[in-house]
Amino acid sequence: MANVATAIPATPAATLPKRPNPVLTFVRQQPMGAASFVVIFVMMFAGLFPQLVAPYDPLGIDFAQILAAPSLDHWFGTDAYGRDIFSRIIYGSRTALVIGFSSSLVGSSIGAVLGIASAYFGGRVDTWIQRFVDILLAFPIIVLALVVVAAIRKTVIYGVDVNLIIAIAIPIIPRVARVVRAAALSVSVMPYIDAARAAGYSDTRIIFRHMAPNVVAPFLIMFTAFIAQAILLEASLSFLGLGVTEPTAAWGLMLSGNAADFYREAPWMVIFPGVAISLAVFAFNLFGDSLRDYLDPRFKT
Amino acid sequence: MEAKVQVQSRAAQTSVPLLAVEDLHVRFETSRGVVRAVEGVSYTVNRGEVVAVVGESGCGKSVSALTIMRLLAKTGRVTRGRIMLEGRNLLELSEDDMRAVRGHEISMIFQEPMTSLNPVLSIGAQIMEPLLIHLKMTEEEARGRALELMQQVGITDGERRLSQYPHQLSGGMRQRVMIAIGLACKPKLIIADEPTTALDVTIQAQILELMKNLSRELGIALVIITHNLGIVARYADRVNVMYAANIIEKGSADDIFLQPAHPYTNGLMRSVPRLDEPRGTKLQTIEGLPPDLRMPPEGCRFAARCPHKLEKCLKPIELIDLGKGHEARCHRVDEIMSGALKVEFPSGPPVTSQAHIGDKPILEVANLRKYFGVKAAGGIFSNEMATVRAVDDVSFAIAPGETLGLVGESGCGKTTVGRVVLRLDEATGGSIKFSGTDVTHHSGREMRGVRRKIQVIFQDPYSSLNPRMTIGEIIAEPLKVYGIVPEKKARAARVGELLTQVGLFPYMAERYPHELSGGQRQRVGIARALALEPELIVCDEPVSALDVSIQGQVINLLEDLQTRLGLTFLFIAHDLAVVRHISDRVAVMYLGRIMELADRDEIYERPLHPYTKALLDAAPIPDPRIERARAPRALRGEIPSPLTPPSGCVFHTRCPIALDVCKQKVPETRDMSKGHLVACHRAEEIQRSEVLQGA
Repeated sequence: MANVATAIPATPAATLPKRPNPVLTFVRQQPMGAASFVVIFVMMFAGLFPQLVAPYDPLGIDFAQILAAPSLDHWFGTDAYGRDIFSRIIYGSRTALVIGFSSSLVGSSIGAVLGIASAYFGGRVDTWIQRFVDILLAFPIIVLALVVVAAIRKTVIYGVDVNLIIAIAIPIIPRVARVVRAAALSVSVMPYIDAARAAGYSDTRIIFRHMAPNVVAPFLIMFTAFIAQAILLEASLSFLGLGVTEPTAAWGLMLSGNAADFYREAPWMVIFPGVAISLAVFAFNLFGDSLRDYLDPRFKT
Repeated sequence: MEAKVQVQSRAAQTSVPLLAVEDLHVRFETSRGVVRAVEGVSYTVNRGEVVAVVGESGCGKSVSALTIMRLLAKTGRVTRGRIMLEGRNLLELSEDDMRAVRGHEISMIFQEPMTSLNPVLSIGAQIMEPLLIHLKMTEEEARGRALELMQQVGITDGERRLSQYPHQLSGGMRQRVMIAIGLACKPKLIIADEPTTALDVTIQAQILELMKNLSRELGIALVIITHNLGIVARYADRVNVMYAANIIEKGSADDIFLQPAHPYTNGLMRSVPRLDEPRGTKLQTIEGLPPDLRMPPEGCRFAARCPHKLEKCLKPIELIDLGKGHEARCHRVDEIMSGALKVEFPSGPPVTSQAHIGDKPILEVANLRKYFGVKAAGGIFSNEMATVRAVDDVSFAIAPGETLGLVGESGCGKTTVGRVVLRLDEATGGSIKFSGTDVTHHSGREMRGVRRKIQVIFQDPYSSLNPRMTIGEIIAEPLKVYGIVPEKKARAARVGELLTQVGLFPYMAERYPHELSGGQRQRVGIARALALEPELIVCDEPVSALDVSIQGQVINLLEDLQTRLGLTFLFIAHDLAVVRHISDRVAVMYLGRIMELADRDEIYERPLHPYTKALLDAAPIPDPRIERARAPRALRGEIPSPLTPPSGCVFHTRCPIALDVCKQKVPETRDMSKGHLVACHRAEEIQRSEVLQGA
């Protein structure tokens, strides 16, 4: 054995090249992605500590300032109840983030597990899961969310609309399941999966320990992209009166209700929440795209 | 022999070589630093000559060839040197002039016939393309020339083939098409980069024979780039051996193979098992890894791995002329050539005690069948299923402590046999008994106990380890799952032990697979298999993806472990020499069936099946004297599709001695003498040497 032992240098010497800092590499390769992350970061800060940013109480009614135009006092103006629109947008980012983040997380996770199981077991399991996915995919996202939100009872835990999260998560499931299944299929034929099966590991172990970490890249990309979708969906549902209800500050809600009656006289009532929605959706989409390019080795030089 | 002498004398007459690579330096700018891929490489190619460039992966052999074609990747830069083609420096030509050289004066044949043809263009269009572009032929002329070319490269039925697409052709056929494209404009030089590496041994022999004949008949010079020393012995006039971006030895084939001067060349030849040498000895191995080309050592680049290095070897060294074109880059070359220094590589302690072979078989496979259903070619709506008989009526038994080698060409079902034994695929019929218990239809839970006893080592060390787990986690996992070593600290200690056992170091447990070299990864795969203390290990082509010098290390390790731990191996491989080296008994498979099964020495010395004989004939031997004396390869044709296997004996379509009965009746497997099993109608005649003499 002595001869074999000399085969490798005895010290953990220079064989380990210094890995470049992943954050710096990301910024250099994906400047747009980094910019969108700054937007996301600002939004997260605003959502986490709205009281530090917002100059007014988002629910504070001030009849002296009804429909005030943007000014130094009220940067984005006020609405029909005299509430400060800038403050409501800051507080609204909390609603958007909580619902967007959690529904995307729930939907993507369930979708990922279904997709991996579908690829790993194959055969009948695969067929059943895929037909279920097909059925869900047959409905447009907004219609499916509408049906679900109308069918289940409004449940609020710690001020969060759980029913809304479920309604938004369900249309996400089949879309993630599809993409993750494709990625998992190519992983499932890798010899290291055969090695795990030959070692007699349980199916659960193989799925979670061996397959899931190897489909993390497509999962992450889908997850961020669907945060944007979920924010948009939440805004749409709120706009239609099926999402968050007054007086909670929510971007979609700010566009509906009496905004429709006053937008001619007070266009700032709809412009600023609209810009907030667009900016958030744009930032998450862009971040998801650049994350995909960054994680995909084919884009690496 | 005669033709060869002619070629050499012709080469000697012309004073100016066709191609001269002079002091070539190529660098690659990567994110991890500057890689000096080629440094000071010079060689010449004369008209009509076959020159081989041999070396392991990463030594710069392909880069130097791509530089000749000016096809380097964008990050590559030629920093010094000239490439002279008949007095013109190719590196100074404009891109337009260079385009006229490519395909017209020099053409290139790549390794992968599967991917180097465009899948959406017909064969005809691809052969005609260079004719239309470079020779400005009309459509009609090009077509005629294409047919001529296809005949030249041995493609029958050219008219029909012209309109076919690459996927309709086998790998060997595709490589013939590539050669036809290479020949199209009557180039002066063809560069073939690993032209047969992706092909089976019998097909490889056909293709090499074809290339050699064409070069001889048409006077085309040929540069063959390969990692396999064996294949060039028969075909090359001159050989350049590369190591770590340098040419370390060059000379005629006879010089290199019969009187190698450089220790590395010596080592390369001794670290591979050979069919023409007595076995039972351990392989000599070149330990360690080639140097990092970002910071190559100043002195002799091989010094770190050389068993004969001295103080002076740390000083720089140039090629030293040994006369008659034989040159070597070694400080001690005089001692080696005069015989004062005998180059010896360590081979580890000899195998003292042969592993004890028990008599009650540990694994019994009887009448095993594995059929796959595939969708038959047909309309979109056709639901017709066709059956591929991947394994058809295979029976064998392995005794404890024994190694059974399973050889055959790709698609013969050898890997499927391994997968069914491992229960990764379900058997269609037949039975698998492990230690006397029938496990063919064990449920997942019943299997758990058995799985511990049967482990596997895979071919590809890159994809058989989970890239997201550290080496330590990979090896510790079975210990944890089976509760063998429940305590964490003890488990880490056991992982260290296992790593040491396979020749790695305990600190490597924290690394990820991509931080290790191919050979090191294969050792991790072995350590993982050993963790469960198995009785039987299925080795599925464990060394075929490794470099030549690393192969020897891994083979020695497997042998060592077998004797020390009393392991039983089912060793699946396509390389006859490797199988001969490690196995006690050998089974030869063809199209899902076992053709011959016998004791190792028996089967290699007295093969009784024409297929075994053909395989042995086709296997290259790294010795030009033996190679030149061998008969031209007899086996013609391609392996039939397993979708429509031939009737009767599946080998009859390629068998040189097939009779009518072979087409009608499946030959029974008969015991010819003391366990020498053969499935051939004419085995008795072969045994009495009435047929196949010297064929």
